[in-house]
Amino acid sequence: MLIAILTDIHGNREALSACLAHARLLGVDRFILLGDYVGYGADPAWVVDTVRGLVDRGAIALLGNHDEAIDGSDENMNSIAREAIRWTRRQLGPEQRRFLAELPLTHEEGNVLYVHANGYAPRNWDYMSGPMEAIRHFSRVDAHITFCGHVHVPMLYHMSTTAKVGSFSPVGDNDIPLLPTRAWLAVIGAVGQPRDGVAAANYAVFDTARQTLRYLRVPYDTATAARKVREAGLPEQLALRLEQGR
Amino acid sequence: MRWRLNPGMAIDGFELQEHLNTGGMAQLWTVTREGDPTPLVMKIPMLIDSDDPLPIVCFETEQMIMPRLTGPHVPRFVAAGPLDPMPYIVMERIPGESLKARLAEVPLPWPEVAAIGVTVANALHDLHLQHVIHLDVKPSNVMIRETGEAVLIDYGFARHEQLPDLLAEEFREPFGTTPYMAPEQVLQDRADPRSDLFALGVMLYFFVTGKRPFGNPRGDQIRRRLWRDPVPPRALRPECPPWLQEIILRCLEVDPNERYATAAQLALDLENPDQVTLTERAGRLERDSGMKTFKRWLKARKTKALEAPNIAGQLSRAPIVLAAVDLSPGGEDLAEALRMMITRILSIESEARIACVNILKTSRIAVDILEDAEGNSLHVQRLVQLKHWGASLDIPKERISYSVLEAPDPAAALVDYARHNNVDHIVIGARASSALRRYLGSVSSRVVAEAPCSVTVVRSPRDRRSAEG
Repeated sequence: MLIAILTDIHGNREALSACLAHARLLGVDRFILLGDYVGYGADPAWVVDTVRGLVDRGAIALLGNHDEAIDGSDENMNSIAREAIRWTRRQLGPEQRRFLAELPLTHEEGNVLYVHANGYAPRNWDYMSGPMEAIRHFSRVDAHITFCGHVHVPMLYHMSTTAKVGSFSPVGDNDIPLLPTRAWLAVIGAVGQPRDGVAAANYAVFDTARQTLRYLRVPYDTATAARKVREAGLPEQLALRLEQGR
Repeated sequence: MRWRLNPGMAIDGFELQEHLNTGGMAQLWTVTREGDPTPLVMKIPMLIDSDDPLPIVCFETEQMIMPRLTGPHVPRFVAAGPLDPMPYIVMERIPGESLKARLAEVPLPWPEVAAIGVTVANALHDLHLQHVIHLDVKPSNVMIRETGEAVLIDYGFARHEQLPDLLAEEFREPFGTTPYMAPEQVLQDRADPRSDLFALGVMLYFFVTGKRPFGNPRGDQIRRRLWRDPVPPRALRPECPPWLQEIILRCLEVDPNERYATAAQLALDLENPDQVTLTERAGRLERDSGMKTFKRWLKARKTKALEAPNIAGQLSRAPIVLAAVDLSPGGEDLAEALRMMITRILSIESEARIACVNILKTSRIAVDILEDAEGNSLHVQRLVQLKHWGASLDIPKERISYSVLEAPDPAAALVDYARHNNVDHIVIGARASSALRRYLGSVSSRVVAEAPCSVTVVRSPRDRRSAEG
């Protein structure tokens, strides 16, 4: 079975549409979304409705920190994220807000764990931003494979039987075998706000039969997405980020 | 978990037949599978009796890389089993013995060594095109198919450009077989495809002289190859021709930039001895002086390793470009247009190798008279003209070669040459279109249709103008 894994959509309609179309062309069987549907982008309502539609047809959608902040506190956010969240709250109706509030933090299938930020304390939103953080994850989580987002930059960490942790920056359109002999932590890059200098949207496809993971990049209409951010009166920096991918 | 393996035992549908050997890290068995007539071998890593993680990491590496590989130069991957209940890899069994068997006969006659060099270099080029550096090239890892192709086996130390390098993450020490390891591998750089060319150079040296160029060092002695050059092959075997010494010593250069840029370029030289540019390396009969060695030693202390491999980049910077030069009278403008195009390619692809080829058309049936009225060889005349054509290209001598091919079918000869020599790009001129040419079909259009690589068709400015007019 092919599972498309999408994360950090952040209200970016153009990026999400492009990824969904791409995944359907690949013939994926299921969608699992790792959270942060809103915040930063100009189309939060459309994105939430689209995700709800996917969930109605069997997709799994998890909670991200921006989704939690809609009905919760935005005190821990930086000023730009906070401004975007306050704008986003005004765009969402009660149904959409309830949908976000009820999302689960984690999802497990066998020994595969899906989560927004990290596996050991999902609600503290610690970033898996380097090998040290990956070691903390591996030492506390038993899952053979963990998929997370939150960092916005794709990366693959792995731990050997002797507890050595390595990191790999995925390149090309390429199936990476997730060998049964080691533990894996796959950080999936952002759909709606890439930050590695490449403007194209990120997502990944996990082939459960072959146990391989493919990191994908999908070019999308960044000009339109950035224009809408500016028209909405959101901070200019959020539009620039989409254009530059950083 | 302790497994005692016996003939007749079944593992995942494969039945163990004969125990071939037990190497340092794995056992090798012939196996059969019901309904499958192909001869197969199963490689079973020995993970049980040791705390050493190396066998398992090598097994993981091989399990990642082997299913990706295709073509005649690798064993065909059949199946792999995870650790539980038992780790294994099943692959095609290559009949015969590895080149290790030939070590009993060293020194080998040099023509045979050159021939072995060509087949192994072609196999390495094919592997590098698949984004993989072998990093453990040695006689026991090379088999020869009955059809003549070399097969590279054992990918336990290999590196795939697009996959995590598990070995580098796990260990902080160099890997490989010490007599064959390239200097950069000693420095734990696992990112340069030219490391495989160094190992092939060690093999060729060993076959031709009967001695290993750097002995069989251990511990800190492995680093000596960073500054101490080997005894030149001709000092040990005077019958080794200077051109072969040139090639072997070029492979054994400490700095990868001084070696051949690609295995294809190495194969091209091994197959065309008369085209090898002889440098000081060819005439060397003793090792470098103490001063030169001392300078290399100083330099070696500062050398740093590369981080990420760029195999595709290395190969694309150093393509083999075939310039199909038509020297017939009246074609000067087209030959000039071709020269301009080659100059442009050279300005982009800095390490390109140019193979200038001219076809001397022979008739299919009649006995050709390949001399002119004064008895001068047409072949030699053409070669002189071809060298004159190439002389104005601004390119070092060792990166340009000239061949005049005698053939009844020019298009077929060019395509054959390109296929045989791993040519990446053919540049060929075309005359202006005419009714007769359309009817007969031109050489260039056939080359475009049949070539195994990219083809650029060049027209002269004069022909372009007349076509527009």
